[in-house]
Amino acid sequence: MDQTLELIREARLMKGNEALAEAAIRAGVQAYFGYPITPQSEILEYLSREMPKRGGIVLQAESELAAINMIYGASGAGARVMTSSSSPGISLMQEGLSYIASAQLPCLVVNVNRGGPGLGTIQPSQGDYFQATKGGGHGDYHLIVLAPASVQEMADFVFDAITLAEKYRNPALILADGALGQMMEKVELPEEGSLEYPEKSWATVGKPKERERNIITSLFIQPEKMEKINLELQEKYRRLKEEVRYELVSTDDAEILMVAYGLSARICQKTIDLAREKGIKLGLLRPITLYPFPEEAVASFASKVDFYLVVEMNAGQMIEDVKLSVNGSRPVFHYGRMGGMISSPEEVLSKVEEILETQSVSNTSTGR
Amino acid sequence: MQINDSIEGLELVYQRPATLTDTPFHYCPGCGHGVAHKLLMEVVEEMGIQENTIGVAPVGCSVFAYHYMNIDMQEAAHGRASAVATGIKRVLPDKFVFSYQGDGDLAAIGTAETIHTVNRGENILIVFINNGIYGMTGGQMAPTTLIGQITSTSPYGRDEKLIGYPLKITDMIAILPGAFYVTRQSVNTAGNVRKLKKAFQKSFEFQKLNKGTCFIEVVSNCPSGWGMTPVEANKWMEENMFPYYPLGDLKVPRTEKEKGSNNA
Amino acid sequence: MIRGTVHFKIEICKGCELCIVACPQESLGLSNKINLQGYRFAELIKDNCTGCINCALVCPDAAITVYREPKSALRKSGKEAVEVK
Repeated sequence: MDQTLELIREARLMKGNEALAEAAIRAGVQAYFGYPITPQSEILEYLSREMPKRGGIVLQAESELAAINMIYGASGAGARVMTSSSSPGISLMQEGLSYIASAQLPCLVVNVNRGGPGLGTIQPSQGDYFQATKGGGHGDYHLIVLAPASVQEMADFVFDAITLAEKYRNPALILADGALGQMMEKVELPEEGSLEYPEKSWATVGKPKERERNIITSLFIQPEKMEKINLELQEKYRRLKEEVRYELVSTDDAEILMVAYGLSARICQKTIDLAREKGIKLGLLRPITLYPFPEEAVASFASKVDFYLVVEMNAGQMIEDVKLSVNGSRPVFHYGRMGGMISSPEEVLSKVEEILETQSVSNTSTGR
Repeated sequence: MQINDSIEGLELVYQRPATLTDTPFHYCPGCGHGVAHKLLMEVVEEMGIQENTIGVAPVGCSVFAYHYMNIDMQEAAHGRASAVATGIKRVLPDKFVFSYQGDGDLAAIGTAETIHTVNRGENILIVFINNGIYGMTGGQMAPTTLIGQITSTSPYGRDEKLIGYPLKITDMIAILPGAFYVTRQSVNTAGNVRKLKKAFQKSFEFQKLNKGTCFIEVVSNCPSGWGMTPVEANKWMEENMFPYYPLGDLKVPRTEKEKGSNNA
Repeated sequence: MIRGTVHFKIEICKGCELCIVACPQESLGLSNKINLQGYRFAELIKDNCTGCINCALVCPDAAITVYREPKSALRKSGKEAVEVK
């Protein structure tokens, strides 16, 4: 990029939550409905301060249940809308998300994941991977899930998530964590007004005489119709695979592939440096879209690496998608800490070394 | 006897509103939902606001309200209709928005949404059909089921010691500052039907003036759920429901009251 | 007396009888025939309908259309007009 332009671009030091909130305004979010919960309350606070000044609607609801149903109503009425919460609050939203997915309404939901289960802890976690990527509520549906790994991505992915949500008429989720929400980093904010509003001919805005009434519903009582809707959804999820995004780090000569997203991916990047100093050829595949999952990219390394190591801040959730992708052709290991604890790069490296040791033992014993 | 039903020399004085679709109601014979639907759509037609009205259907017998009301509509999750209506109204403040909910939807599972929607003074109309029973799921006890009333889940009659008292949620609503106009009406007689229609009219007029939440309880029947003929059900409603849920205004805007006292 | 009449959309009538009870003239009754839904539908049984619309107001299926002598016709014929709310 041109040096002079570089200087003009706006760089700020911001908290992840605030960068995301500011990006939401710049992305043209017209209404935000939410409820306070740590560690994401800054989003609601920032928007409560800024949205009214900049022509947006912000409403603190009586619960996450109410908030997600306000999202349903406002999105159904054609507005660009978002909500945010953290794990326990996202659990409360699952009912609404199932309805929103069924009614095919675009919206942005942000989960600043904290440790669970239950009330858990306010510290960062990736324990909501299953909930985020497998639907989360009742019925066969998926959210589009993007996983940022930096404050910059907390801002950028707002634009990406909204674009995808509106393109596919599907709720999109940004799955962050308490650390990404709370930490401060340099961020270049996306330009305001760069995201166009698509035509929403399906929205309930009042029925003009010349058109049939628009109905936003998730009720299809005839099983034949309900199956048809399900098939349409599944077809949409197949089309979504075009949107798969991931990042590769040091994979060209990698003999071991780590798969990690979000904060874990940042830890793994440091692990790569430590490992390579010791001559261990580690690489990293960082899924950016957790749904659709980059299964082909993950599988493509099966012929190149000795094994996979999935690093997550949970008991082993994404590992199931990695295993399904690899389909038994290579061993897949897991390393993770839970309950708000964050692995250190050294711990991850120790795990790699431990696996290498047992692998070589088992290779010797099988005479390989 | 040959009946003369010729319209020769007569003029049309009443017909099904064009704001209802041609789809016949799926409701049981005599069900008050049909009357409430019809009146609501009559008012929408007469006020010329079909193009500017968005309704929210609940979960309950009136889950398919959008099959009948020829306006843009959204179908909400159980109990969440007023939250959905809030979302719509906030982004489309110049449109007329109403939610249409039953007693289970509004006064049990959706109590929090109901109270907070009214407390915010959301500028919408909430129509609350109270027939004291869960009709769609087959006649279970509702929050508004009367003491001693037999339902499929209170087979020995509602016992207040076990399950508490019939919830007068409209009375609770009326004390909230966000509520502008709160009234309890019914559909059992032509006179009451006229009053209910007037209440719908007023509510939309108030909404146009951004006055706050208008809340209309319609004490209604459930002949199938109560195990009665429609005529018996209306009689039972008059004798049992009306004493506990008396008809009339619970909160009238001050200007209205003043007008009333001036006339008196 | 003012002359009126009512027409029923018999195919959507469910025979709930609420119109019959609401009619001040006792002009309505249930037919001995049944409609395609299987209901005995309501019909005019007497020639004394005044077009007061009470039946139509309470009809839960919006199945009733009401016609009545226009007021101008009443004046011409010298009949007393009754105010219908």
